[in-house]
Amino acid sequence: MVKIDAKIPEGPIAQKWENYKANQKLVNPANKRKLDIIVVGTGLAGASAAASFGEMGFNVKVFTIQDSPRRAHSIAAQGGINAAKNYPNDGDSIYRLFYDTVKGGDYRAREANVHRLAEVSNSIIDQCVAQGVPFAREYGGLLDNRSFGGAQVSRTFYAKGQTGQQLLLGAYQALMRQVNAGSVKLHTRNEMVEIVMVDGKARGIISRNLVTGKLERHFGHAVVLATGGYGNTFFLSTNAMGSNGSAAWKAYKKGAMFANPCFAQIHPTCIPVHGEFQSKLTLMSESLRNDGRIWVPKKKEDAEAIRAGKLKPTEIAEEDRDYYLERRYPAFGNLVPRDVASRAAKERCDAGFGVGTTGLAVYLDFKSSIERLGRDAIEARYGNLFQMYEKIVDDNPYETPMMIYPAIHYTMGGIWVDYELQTTVPGLFSAGEANFSDHGANRLGASALMQGLADGYFVLPYTVQNYLADDIATPRMTTEEKEFEEAEKAAKSHFEKLMDIKGNRSVDSIHKELGLVMWDFVGMARNKEGLEQAIEKIQAIKKEFWSNVRIPGSEEDMNVELEKAARLADFIEIGELMARDALHREESCGGHFREEYQTEEGEALRQDDKFAYTGCWLFKGEDQEPELHKEELKFEVVKLVQRNYK
Amino acid sequence: MENSINIKLKVWRQAGPKAKGRFETYELSNISTDSSFLEMLDILNEQLINKGEEPVAFDHDCREGICGMCSLYINGRPHGPDDDVTTCQLHMRKFKDGQTITIEPWRSAGFPVIKDLIVDRTAFDQIIAAGGYVSVNTGGIPDANAIPIPKPDADEAMDAASCIGCGACVAACKNGSAMLFVSAKVSQMALLPQGRVEGARRAKNMVAKMDELGFGNCTNTGACEVECPKGISLANIARLNREFLKAKAQD
Repeated sequence: MVKIDAKIPEGPIAQKWENYKANQKLVNPANKRKLDIIVVGTGLAGASAAASFGEMGFNVKVFTIQDSPRRAHSIAAQGGINAAKNYPNDGDSIYRLFYDTVKGGDYRAREANVHRLAEVSNSIIDQCVAQGVPFAREYGGLLDNRSFGGAQVSRTFYAKGQTGQQLLLGAYQALMRQVNAGSVKLHTRNEMVEIVMVDGKARGIISRNLVTGKLERHFGHAVVLATGGYGNTFFLSTNAMGSNGSAAWKAYKKGAMFANPCFAQIHPTCIPVHGEFQSKLTLMSESLRNDGRIWVPKKKEDAEAIRAGKLKPTEIAEEDRDYYLERRYPAFGNLVPRDVASRAAKERCDAGFGVGTTGLAVYLDFKSSIERLGRDAIEARYGNLFQMYEKIVDDNPYETPMMIYPAIHYTMGGIWVDYELQTTVPGLFSAGEANFSDHGANRLGASALMQGLADGYFVLPYTVQNYLADDIATPRMTTEEKEFEEAEKAAKSHFEKLMDIKGNRSVDSIHKELGLVMWDFVGMARNKEGLEQAIEKIQAIKKEFWSNVRIPGSEEDMNVELEKAARLADFIEIGELMARDALHREESCGGHFREEYQTEEGEALRQDDKFAYTGCWLFKGEDQEPELHKEELKFEVVKLVQRNYK
Repeated sequence: MENSINIKLKVWRQAGPKAKGRFETYELSNISTDSSFLEMLDILNEQLINKGEEPVAFDHDCREGICGMCSLYINGRPHGPDDDVTTCQLHMRKFKDGQTITIEPWRSAGFPVIKDLIVDRTAFDQIIAAGGYVSVNTGGIPDANAIPIPKPDADEAMDAASCIGCGACVAACKNGSAMLFVSAKVSQMALLPQGRVEGARRAKNMVAKMDELGFGNCTNTGACEVECPKGISLANIARLNREFLKAKAQD
């Protein structure tokens, strides 16, 4: 029986992290050199953790599936990073950032973790500035801020619309500095395919060299997974094509519990789907909601005329426009949290007011901002986003409003971790989007970058050290040990099994089928019947995959189709667990909206008496039902109320 | 308003780093002009897989022009005929019905082919490792607002920092020079007080690494600036040269 213990330190909330650091165990410099840490993934969390471990004196091995650590999908984050600096003097504080994040997450996050996140947020900004990250500045030379959804203060730091890029390059450069110093060994185009367990602890990984197809064995005293989210289960998402949930899923199969898998974030402002050939969805930053107003026509006949191409949005008079977010949520307006904005868009489109050829789009209009501030000001703020939109849609957003629609963007759920970011497998840690820890049922904008870097720069360097302090007498293991051999054998037979299917369908065709089921039944609105159907359909897709997928080429060579197939095999199982978790959670909260549980006004209705817990799923064997464990959430500071953005 | 076109593709196929490459010709019909260039290649690959053939290997990831993973030399231009975009943002509306499209990998001594259209760009990582950073450890850092930075400097540093490391500059250069890439990083750091401290050392080390890895010399043809999907300016190369001369003068 696995026991769930979040290991939350004693003391009042603002003292917990200080108490932890004061009491943690340390490893002296001579011993650090003898300890190996494996970091899988080089996004914000992975790169920052690996660089920090290297600086501390540990031996680090870092793995990425891309050709360079700088390609990780953190690079695509546009809008910004939150911190409680309160530079604008608008009433912000660590407490308020903590409070907004717990509330934004619809009261399904662990208070102690979120408070720590808010505490270290300020150090992240300091760190990045010191690294030469060119954040936006005011004419006086000091840092500029803007607002993001779910907050009434301006606490978001940004670098044009490329904040993720600049933060990742900062972490990447810090990492490459350690590679140069010899403390970090970098393995690119190299995918973790198995975790090696020795005496109940994670002690290494098996990886596949994606250039040669060869399997490799790597030892580590501890293993950190910073491998991102599983949004691509839906096939179409804002994630990069290579983003996948496989490392997390391998961890799950080795006994790491998977927490709140159904909490997936649907981002309200993405470029709408336009064709069957479409391979991914492009996000338009939430920062656009600072100056853009969201609307649909007030009259159904106007919406119909627009869909038929007979009417242009610019021809609709001001009084015939329904700025539905401003109407429904006057206090937060266009800056309500993502889940709220997404559902409101769906509600209008379902009611027949949607625009675009499919009727599945709403307008994001900059007309009034351009009139108020001038085109130059808007171009300075969002120029690159407007250019991106124009290249994709072939339409000029300075003149015609953008069309947007919600799309899968981020997964709040992930590998369960305790306060130390350690999974239920000893020695196996998880950071960034890969873990479940800080965002509850909904993540606020500009908080993913904050969490990734908080975990990597300021949490793991303490907590992994605390774990390794008990391991100073454990010598480096040779990878000839039987545990490594067996793990490699298991991985090899998995790939052989995939190659042996020799069916008739491409990986993508099956993945698209899975994506449609996920979007229709496990997407923005869910219900019992639909979820039960989804589980059946996903099981049928699993059968189809394992009997009918076709993978050309060989496993002992660069083989992109094989990589995709192995990831899809895991996505199918992740999709089923998402549906199962969504089915069991009979309440609506954050990104998880069960149609049966809503207020009269259509807002999410939580069931705090029954579901104020983290749902943690334990793997019980192939094709067996997983076992649900609960981490009860104790709210000592924040009072649970229905979220109100009105 | 959806239009579709028929096209002929001439694609570079190469089984491995040492294998001999060749052009293969494929015909595709009814390609929506709203699809992206890489979605067109997805369609080609779907057809190849259904015929039991090996799909064309090409690098790509974010498909929104920021990760720098996609490459491709299309009809003689890195990232194809559109300006200021990466291949993943290039759309088929930029091509005509019946057109022949030639697709090659980056061709440069610094970027050897791995398979088909995929090349090895780890040389860029090695150049960054040689000095493309501010040498600070995590923690123990002064407040972010302790040093004011003039907005024009910060903005210019941001422009230089926009480089996505795709390698189009090298592919466009007849000398296979990586000067635009190196100068963008050197410039970003030289413009900021945090980076200025070790500016001379950085310029010298990064240039030495670039030379060591087999990239060619810069002869100011300006082709890199024209083809850069992020509009990185040649002015950065001038700044790199100044930094480099300063470093030499200090020796």
